[in-house]
Amino acid sequence: MSPLNIKKGSTKHSAYNLRPTFSDVQETHTLAVLVDNEPGVLARVIGLFSGRGYNIESLTVAEVDHLGHTSRITIVTTGTPQVIEQIKAQLGRIVPVHEVHDLTVEGGSVERELALIKVEGAGDKRVEALRLADIFRAQVVDSTLESFVFQITGTPEKVDAFVDLMRPLGLVEVARTGVAALSRGL
Amino acid sequence: MTRQMTGAKMVVQALKDQGVDTVFGYPGGAVLPIYDEIFQQNGIRHYLVRHEQGAVHAAEGYARATGKPGVVLVTSGPGATNAVTGLTDALMDSIPIVVLTGQVPTFMIGSDAFQEADTVGITRPCTKHNWLVKDTDTLSGIIHEAFHVATSGRPGPVLIDIPKDVQFASGAYTEKAKASVSHYQPQVKGDMETITQLVEAIETAERPVFYTGGGVVNSGPGASQLLRELVDATGIPITSTLMGLGCYPASGKNWLGMLGMHGLYEANLAMHGCDLMINVGARFDDRITGRLDAFSPKSRKAHIDIDPSSINKVIRVDMPIIGDVGHVLEDVLKVWKARGRKVNREAIQKWWARIEEWRKVDCLKYKPSGKTIRPQHALDRLEALTKGRDRYICTEVGQHQMWAAQYLGFEDPNRWMTSGGLGTMGYGTPASIGVQVAHPDALVINVAGEASWLMNMQEMGTAVQYRLPVKQFILNNERLGMVRQWQELLHGERYSHSWSEALPDFVKLAEAFGCKGILCSDPADLDDAIMEMLDYDGPVIFDCLVEKHENCFPMIPSGEPHNKMLLGEASTKDAIGSKGAVMV
Repeated sequence: MSPLNIKKGSTKHSAYNLRPTFSDVQETHTLAVLVDNEPGVLARVIGLFSGRGYNIESLTVAEVDHLGHTSRITIVTTGTPQVIEQIKAQLGRIVPVHEVHDLTVEGGSVERELALIKVEGAGDKRVEALRLADIFRAQVVDSTLESFVFQITGTPEKVDAFVDLMRPLGLVEVARTGVAALSRGL
Repeated sequence: MTRQMTGAKMVVQALKDQGVDTVFGYPGGAVLPIYDEIFQQNGIRHYLVRHEQGAVHAAEGYARATGKPGVVLVTSGPGATNAVTGLTDALMDSIPIVVLTGQVPTFMIGSDAFQEADTVGITRPCTKHNWLVKDTDTLSGIIHEAFHVATSGRPGPVLIDIPKDVQFASGAYTEKAKASVSHYQPQVKGDMETITQLVEAIETAERPVFYTGGGVVNSGPGASQLLRELVDATGIPITSTLMGLGCYPASGKNWLGMLGMHGLYEANLAMHGCDLMINVGARFDDRITGRLDAFSPKSRKAHIDIDPSSINKVIRVDMPIIGDVGHVLEDVLKVWKARGRKVNREAIQKWWARIEEWRKVDCLKYKPSGKTIRPQHALDRLEALTKGRDRYICTEVGQHQMWAAQYLGFEDPNRWMTSGGLGTMGYGTPASIGVQVAHPDALVINVAGEASWLMNMQEMGTAVQYRLPVKQFILNNERLGMVRQWQELLHGERYSHSWSEALPDFVKLAEAFGCKGILCSDPADLDDAIMEMLDYDGPVIFDCLVEKHENCFPMIPSGEPHNKMLLGEASTKDAIGSKGAVMV
């Protein structure tokens, strides 16, 4: 992967048009960052985002290779194309960062999130919640006579849609994992 | 067979293996075991500073003047927090330094112990990388890795936090050659395709200009040599940022002088009017670009930088080349020569004719007054009286810094130590000490303002203790000159807190420190006084009383492009619009 997505020899981007050509369209990108699993590495990544004023929509981190001591951080971020390029370059500068992948531009990715959703209710509302859960393939992982905890996995949009539907049916609490993502194909 | 030793001994051994012979530091409870080891050896000379900030700036000066990493040893808590300004300064200016801090014992971390601070947490954003060592077995390997990180790629400060129990405990020493230097291996060779495009652009450009920066210094003396060869062979004009002064000699025929906010008229207009800008190891800092949407409107831009994040950060460039300046310039020269050493001579001659017109403006001219010393005159005389000597100049931050950059000429890299990115007042005095330590026989001058100088004046004690003959050349206007200038131009001449009402008698201060003090207020005495300073074999504090209300020109007002420069007093009325006033 080239560190920057700059077209070689591109001449149409002159500084004269700096403001106009640095598009102000906000894009959402999913970045996968492979890092050494060492103390403070997450703080470095988060500190970079807060220190330079970048957005974090979602962030997940976990060790993915125990022997290699590497963790994978998945970040969903929003910014102008120029800011997204800066974020990638700045991430690449952090010493324990091995690789930075922009899954959004690297041929697409599958993205999944898990959420636990607590709904309280009785009677029709309770039945309706269970019916919708079935449609969304959400599982009941805890139940009392007045409540359910559903577990749902899917894209963030799917989780959003399910949460919205549960709201009038007695939504109490939501816990989400944030997005895990892998590029498609090989 | 691995060698077993205590963590404290490991620190000294690893520093020696890294070729370190000089450490700047200040002891305290959490580093006593290391100081005990330093006491029992001779290979590393430790310089006791008077404040930890001074230690870091001294290490920066040492690093900048030698190209080697500077090393600092300080204690936990306040020792570490006092080092933060220096770390940030080194990060902004890409200076390789390795800071070792003591820490409370591992079992007390997090307990709010005496002199405990979250050093790695505090310094995370102001170091290139930092480590908290929790196990003596890993200590030496981390030190070796730290030197690698500090000096490779874009150099910068690193910090290693070493708890006291780790210093006492024994562990296995990792030899330098066996240390894992991680995957951190920045790219040094530039992309040949883009380099060829740059050469093509050089061959056809009608109004090319080289815009060089601190990256050339950091790349080593070889990079400056290659730059000189390329510039002289192509005949292309060259300007430099504050950080890059000396890479191309000020006496060189293609030299335009410094560019930027207080840069030379001809340099800034060349940047504004060029059709090919070749940025070599500079980063389009806001002091350079001025108003972004009017920055060099008609040029194609090439940018050589070892740090990918510098590219397209503020200015979109056409030919990005990620790599080390020395390696890239070598390839540029090779390709350019192989393709027949072509340039558009005729057009470049016309370009030079235009530049000569701008040069005639003589933007640095001033009238020496008979009664008071004008600061520009003081620097002109300093330049004249030190020319040809093995001379190193440090500065503090403010008007005097800009005047020094404008009126002093630098013939070689590593001769100019200044706080560019962070603008740290108080940098110069300790930096001059670091430079003098590195070059004991050289002439080291700190051009200072009295306000900046007072910020780290305690380091004169260090200079006297180690007989470092640093010359503190203070342009004393009894004002925070640059602040005063901005208040005059921007804030209705309301001089809020920008003067010093109770300045010390600098000559008596010098005597109190045990060095020489010289006072000069009459232009007629200036040469003799400067010669007295230069001839004195020891540290000198030179109190040069200068014109109090002098402004630093030329100046690009905030929020304006390069071609809207102010040249002198007459052009300053309402020069900065309300939009520019919000920028610093």
